[in-house]
Amino acid sequence: MEQDTKAFQRVYTKLFQLTKATVSLHATGVGNDELAIVDGRPAQVVKIMDDIVTLQVFQGTEGIATDAEVVFTGKAPTLKVGDDLTGRFFDAYGSPMEGSKEIMGKEIEIGAPSVNPVRRKQPSEFIATGIAGIDLNNSLVTGQKIPFFADPDQPFNQVMAMVALRAKADKIILAGMGLTNDDYLFFKNIFDNAGALDRIVGFINTTENPPVERLLVPDMALSAAEYFAMEKNEKVLVLLTDMTLYADALSIVSNRMDQIPSKDSMPGSLYSDLARLYEKAVQFPDGGSITIVAVTTLSGGDITHAIPDNTGYITEGQLFLRKDTDVGKVIIDPFRSLSRLKQLVIGKKTREDHPQVMNAAVRLYADAANAKTKLENGFDLTEYDERTLDFAKAYSEKLLAIDVNIEVEEMLEIAYQLFAKHFSHEEVGLRQEYVDKYWKEN
Amino acid sequence: MKTTGKITGIIANLVIVETEGTVAQNEICYIKHGDEHLMSEVIKILGKKAYIQVFESTRGLMVGTEVEFTGHMLEVTLGPGILSKNFDGLQNDLDKMEGVFLKRGEYTYPLDVKKKYEFKPLSKKGDSVKAGDWLGEVTENWIPHKIMVPFKFNGNFKVKSIENKGKYKIEDTIAVLTDDDGKEHKVTMIQKWPVKMPIKAYKDKPRPFKIFETGIRVFDTLNPMAEGGTGFIPGPFGSGKTVLQHNLSKNAEADLVVIAACGERANEVVEIFTEFPELDDPRSGRKLMERTTIIANTSNMPVAAREASVYTAMTIAEYYRAMGLRVLLLADSTSRWAQALREMSNRMEELPGQDGYPMDLPAIISNFYSRAGFVYLNNKETGSITFIGTVSPAGGNLKEPVTESTKKAARCFYALSQQRADSKRYPAIDSLESYSKYLEYPEIIEYLNENIDSKWTENVHYAKDTLLRGKEVFEQINILGDDGVPIDYHIKHWKAELVDFVILQQDAFDKTDASSSFERQSYMLEKVVDTCKMDYEFDDFEEVGAYFKKVINQFKQMNYSEFDSDEFKKYEKAVEKTLKERRVEKDSDKDEDKAEEKSKEKKAAKPKEEDDGKESKSEKQKDKKDKESKSEKQKDKKDKDSKSEKQKDKKSKDK
Ligand SMILES: Nc1ncnc2c1ncn2[C@@H]1O[C@H](COP(=O)(O)OP(=O)(O)OP(=O)(O)O)[C@@H](O)[C@H]1O
Ligand SMILES: [Mg+2]
Repeated sequence: MEQDTKAFQRVYTKLFQLTKATVSLHATGVGNDELAIVDGRPAQVVKIMDDIVTLQVFQGTEGIATDAEVVFTGKAPTLKVGDDLTGRFFDAYGSPMEGSKEIMGKEIEIGAPSVNPVRRKQPSEFIATGIAGIDLNNSLVTGQKIPFFADPDQPFNQVMAMVALRAKADKIILAGMGLTNDDYLFFKNIFDNAGALDRIVGFINTTENPPVERLLVPDMALSAAEYFAMEKNEKVLVLLTDMTLYADALSIVSNRMDQIPSKDSMPGSLYSDLARLYEKAVQFPDGGSITIVAVTTLSGGDITHAIPDNTGYITEGQLFLRKDTDVGKVIIDPFRSLSRLKQLVIGKKTREDHPQVMNAAVRLYADAANAKTKLENGFDLTEYDERTLDFAKAYSEKLLAIDVNIEVEEMLEIAYQLFAKHFSHEEVGLRQEYVDKYWKEN
Repeated sequence: MKTTGKITGIIANLVIVETEGTVAQNEICYIKHGDEHLMSEVIKILGKKAYIQVFESTRGLMVGTEVEFTGHMLEVTLGPGILSKNFDGLQNDLDKMEGVFLKRGEYTYPLDVKKKYEFKPLSKKGDSVKAGDWLGEVTENWIPHKIMVPFKFNGNFKVKSIENKGKYKIEDTIAVLTDDDGKEHKVTMIQKWPVKMPIKAYKDKPRPFKIFETGIRVFDTLNPMAEGGTGFIPGPFGSGKTVLQHNLSKNAEADLVVIAACGERANEVVEIFTEFPELDDPRSGRKLMERTTIIANTSNMPVAAREASVYTAMTIAEYYRAMGLRVLLLADSTSRWAQALREMSNRMEELPGQDGYPMDLPAIISNFYSRAGFVYLNNKETGSITFIGTVSPAGGNLKEPVTESTKKAARCFYALSQQRADSKRYPAIDSLESYSKYLEYPEIIEYLNENIDSKWTENVHYAKDTLLRGKEVFEQINILGDDGVPIDYHIKHWKAELVDFVILQQDAFDKTDASSSFERQSYMLEKVVDTCKMDYEFDDFEEVGAYFKKVINQFKQMNYSEFDSDEFKKYEKAVEKTLKERRVEKDSDKDEDKAEEKSKEKKAAKPKEEDDGKESKSEKQKDKKDKESKSEKQKDKKDKDSKSEKQKDKKSKDK
């Protein structure tokens, strides 16, 4: 096999056009998307016109001369998969980071076709994270894809690591794109300290690596995820951080290729490009699943920017991190956060009154927000307003804050305690049968 | 002989083919990549070069590979067996595909050639017929599926022979027709039709005049859809487009439903696959899946096939309309289709229009919407396609090309509001921003008054007015402060809230509330409007909210109860009782009340009701106490300790 591939390799040494990101040469028998090595750097075929082949060089073309050696590999980018992926970290090309030994597995093409929708199973397994802002208000389900929307200064990587460790996944696959070295080390340490390294695989592109390389990282991670979920029937959790930096790399490439940019100088294909990745989240029929938790950093909280906007249209909800200055903690914002798949588990896998309790609490929190606006505009508050404000504080502190770690049942109990403390049950508006069953006056 | 060519260029899924032969715009061709034959469509021809969009991944394709042209455009295969199927955008039967992952170049036949159908002739030897006329019928699920003169047949034909009643396979000849020149044509149960052409085998397309019941109050009560009408639902992500569409497909009064999942999430399609075979069709009592056909081109499937998917869905809908059926066609989301067009247009380096979309986008969209409609068939039967599409505007901003183009094409506009979605007021349709042009049609107004209730339109307008006035006073309250406006303003605001919570809001996930019949809607509307027409007395604005919240809560319990059930009536009584507490009695009301009192006595009061009564009394007392302590409270507003003490105080008073 090795021999065959070698024999198939074709070598060229005459480049006639170089741009910042691409090189062009005359070559034949080249396949679209094929991987090549240009002057020792990995590159991929992005355009073929007659016998002119254009290659995108992931590391950039600095210093490449017109007589540089171009070797075509005859195949699209691949990853070697096997059990010894676990506990290790790889670069964007799927090579082990610390110069450790190569993987002895089978070689699979990355970015392979999608799952036939009729072969998917409906996600139905509740993922408990202990964080009430997630479990109570925005419950996650295996096979779901959901990003954190967060400003760059928020502790999104910390929260994500926490979610990953508590989620009871068989494998956690970290795709780091434009990760700072500090954050890379943070992930390594926290997984190590939790004794979870044997469940971890990492594909890492740090800020020290060329940005365009990032484009390979999620495909690598998701191919590995497919291997474990499909062939080993494992529950795999994929962490993609930071997808905004991934999208930035997309725009760099499309600009360099002279494509017409659409909104926010992003390529017109941004939706499809992101959807292709996120849609790898799946519940397989034989029990394996791929759940994707991602991070999309916002600039100035603007979610109408093309990156979060397109992401929101693709993912199954989003989790907003926000600093609540009233209680001095980072919370999961109940207004803008949403888990689309929560319907599949809440009140079914959790207690029957879960949906109503969740909605009622959020509605009362919204009343508090109105009261706050009133206060800011200098108006008197009604007695009800005052009570909502008190409720909101306690709710934020005891349930929304990301440092909460309790079971769902307890979250519901706390919610009832808060309701009873601040409101009458008409004001809360739960179904009468739940009031009869669960409401306790304190 | 078939035209062939060779690949000379590849840019993503745009491939350039050089050919010596004849090629037509939109012709289908196959790239012969080893064993895989990849389906593609011609989208531009320049001299000897044909630009084709490939409906598959182009990974590994090489220059020089042979391409074979088929001589026809993208066609669907029409015949018994379409119903309940899960197709991809090119009408491949997804269930027939092997393996968990889709395989490039795998195409499966959409129908079942082995299955035998019980055929019954509807025409006889010697009949003169033309395209779309019914020759016979078979039963598909429970639908009488008509076998028609193929739509491609031009001119007049005579039935030379037709098979007798019996079991036939779809490829069997069931009739032979002769054309004007005496040439014979065999007809089977299947025919093909190019998806981008409308099927026009009908006599007349009047403007819609009937109401299309959806079971969803924001549609039916506020901005109704007409049978054969068009509408669209724009909204930012997460605002509820898909939930609304699924709800429509579950509850709307259609004979069958065609759903085009166009560039959206696979899990949402899985939801349909999983749930519809279990759910009952509220009208026929059969399983929902029996009336549903899904065209799934989810966002991870090849982009070029997205455009095809909406046309495939429309053509299937037209086919069933020609059988005299009421079809509901849903497409989620038409923006993804527009984006697919944009990606292609950019790759071809066409001069871009606004936001990079192709210049002719408005024409493409209105052309598509115009294929819906109510029709009279040649045999005077009627059929209809009601079409509702969703639009996903970038950044939630409605001033973008897809929304604007669609607004010109569709007659109903259902605007989803981020604000309403954020405050979980579902369905998050802003009823005042939205409109149904059908409400201006005199024939529709007449239909409503005749078929629903003579007071219907009047009540609807009253409800809308209430909402509008509520919105206005709420702005005033926000500017001037709670006690800067007369109490009446608060009452107006809360009356609007009543309409909002009881009529507009509807719980799509509650098995009872999810769908509401017109009868029930009419009943509830009347009740709510009557409540709004009433005058109420309060001493202080703070009482208003507390009181109306209670009324709303009781009304909502009615919504959650089976219509006309004991439970429903129990809450209705509770509402009456609460209303009496504050209602300013008009002379004319009194007699009515007495009658009610009596009927109440007859039915021994249930413990629940008593509870409610007590509750409200203590509630009132509490309010009074609050008022007394109000001035005091203002003093120590900042003092949190004393406030929480007061809180405890109050609680103990309640007990
Ligand atoms: N009528 C409703 N009742 C209760 N919840 C709803 C309702 N409509 C929407 N939701 C909530 O909002 C979520 C998002 O709704 P939906 O998926 O329909 O949004 P969408 O507009 O289709 O978004 P996208 O454009 O991203 O596809 C649902 O998962 C559900 O939690
Ligand atoms: Mg949707």
